[in-house]
Amino acid sequence: MTEGTGTTAQAVTRAEYCVIACADAWRNDGEVLASPMGLVPGIGARLARRTFAPDLLLTDGEATLVGPDGAAEGWLPYRQHLTFVTGGRRHVMMGASQLDRFGNQNISCIGDWERPDRQLLGVRGAPVNTLNNPVSYWVPRHSRRVFVEKVDMISGVGYDSAAAAGPSATRYHRIPRVVTNLAVLDFETPDRAMRIASVHPGVTVDEVQEATGFTLALPEGGEVPDTRAPTAEELRLIRDVVDPRALREREVRSV
Amino acid sequence: MTASTGTTGTTGGHDRTGRADKLMTADEVVGRLRSGMTIGIGGWGSRRKPMALVRALLRSDVTDLTVVSYGGPDVGMLAAAGRIRRLVGAFVTLDSIPLEPHFRAARQRGALAMTEVDEAMFMWGLHAAANRLPFLPVRAGLGSDVMRVNPELRTVTSPYEDGETFVAMPALRLDAALVHMNRADRRGNGQYLGPDPYFDDLFCEAADRAYVSCERLVDGFGPDVTPQSLLIKRHVVTGVVEAPLGADFTSCVPDYARDEAFQKLYASTPWAEFAERFLPPGGDEKQYRSAVQAWHEEQK
Repeated sequence: MTEGTGTTAQAVTRAEYCVIACADAWRNDGEVLASPMGLVPGIGARLARRTFAPDLLLTDGEATLVGPDGAAEGWLPYRQHLTFVTGGRRHVMMGASQLDRFGNQNISCIGDWERPDRQLLGVRGAPVNTLNNPVSYWVPRHSRRVFVEKVDMISGVGYDSAAAAGPSATRYHRIPRVVTNLAVLDFETPDRAMRIASVHPGVTVDEVQEATGFTLALPEGGEVPDTRAPTAEELRLIRDVVDPRALREREVRSV
Repeated sequence: MTASTGTTGTTGGHDRTGRADKLMTADEVVGRLRSGMTIGIGGWGSRRKPMALVRALLRSDVTDLTVVSYGGPDVGMLAAAGRIRRLVGAFVTLDSIPLEPHFRAARQRGALAMTEVDEAMFMWGLHAAANRLPFLPVRAGLGSDVMRVNPELRTVTSPYEDGETFVAMPALRLDAALVHMNRADRRGNGQYLGPDPYFDDLFCEAADRAYVSCERLVDGFGPDVTPQSLLIKRHVVTGVVEAPLGADFTSCVPDYARDEAFQKLYASTPWAEFAERFLPPGGDEKQYRSAVQAWHEEQK
């Protein structure tokens, strides 16, 4: 836990690669609301705004839009938040209890919906999010329990489900990326199946595949790049400004 | 001033100038509810829930309810006590504790039927009801299993050039709405003072009868009032209840924050044990408050 406090040349931790991979989800998004759910995506979004995405809007987690210094710049109660969603000027990074090959996501329940083995949150805003604004996902523990062949309850709509539901469903549907503790995944394949876009340094492609309950596509040529390293300035901001208590290291343990 | 010492105190009565006086007690509100009703509950998750009214409901024998709620401990408690036949909602959460244990348990033992819709579908269902429309079109829901688990949902096609198809979200008309405000007057005007109104005005407008509990009853809002804070208009309100700490243990900022310690106790205690200590038969809100206070004393 102590390595997060300095800016000297300590090795970049796995959590810090995850922060960078999350931050990059909002690159080139422009003036939209970044809605990070979870600790590492929250650090990533704030880092993105302090560096390459200065026009992002962010909330205090309640009903106020706040600047980097925490000062209010706008009011955003839930009812108006929903207009950001349906107006499309938002990029959310949600969690996922299950995710499948085409990006269908489940946060509702595990097992039979009528009488679940494990009742989770319910679909929440996943249906409206996925049909209206870009939705990325964050999975802090990449495993076969999360990455399944078929999700039990489609909360967030995947590419195959959107296509089957027709043009109103596909019109604004987009899943830019899935970030996990092992890799960055996307759907940049002809049939929109999940692909390994990059692995975090120290992780092998085999490890990612082993932790996934279906076959992942690979980039053309089969060569999987490493997730990019943070710049010295990004590392300084993560360690000294955005997350000085190194909470990121609790969500993603270093190996 | 408390509800029981109200000067006119006559349920459904009028004051000297002939204006409606809607002040009543929580028990009087519940006395107007019937088993089998569809009841909307305001707030959001574990935020500004009308918990004093929910506790009064738990002391009554009203049951077999269809509850329409952005769910929190309101749903958890009513489900634990076996009062909900069907829940209409998008989620149930305690916010700082993501999963509501009593709601989970009820679902997992097959005790709770659900109409599970998306957060936005839910909001447009209330808008449809408030506007006396049978449905409103929403993009949300298409392609998701919300359509599979609600086979009664229909779609509607735009008559314009786009020809797009949407979900026709049916109106969520309510027999009654229960909401909690920071302030209210005896005529039913309600004021929120926190950062978010949630959807409490919509719940009231979507209901045949709306009951507003408040932290503090006021005679009026004075010349300096911020008009945007006057969320609920009296024409949709049937009853007003003065209920200090009436949202507790959920948050009711700026009057008070969530009682996290007590919420944790609620979430980790078997329901029967919790109910025996805090909501015993024959008890009232005053006894509940003393039991909570006694518990907090023990923790020191």
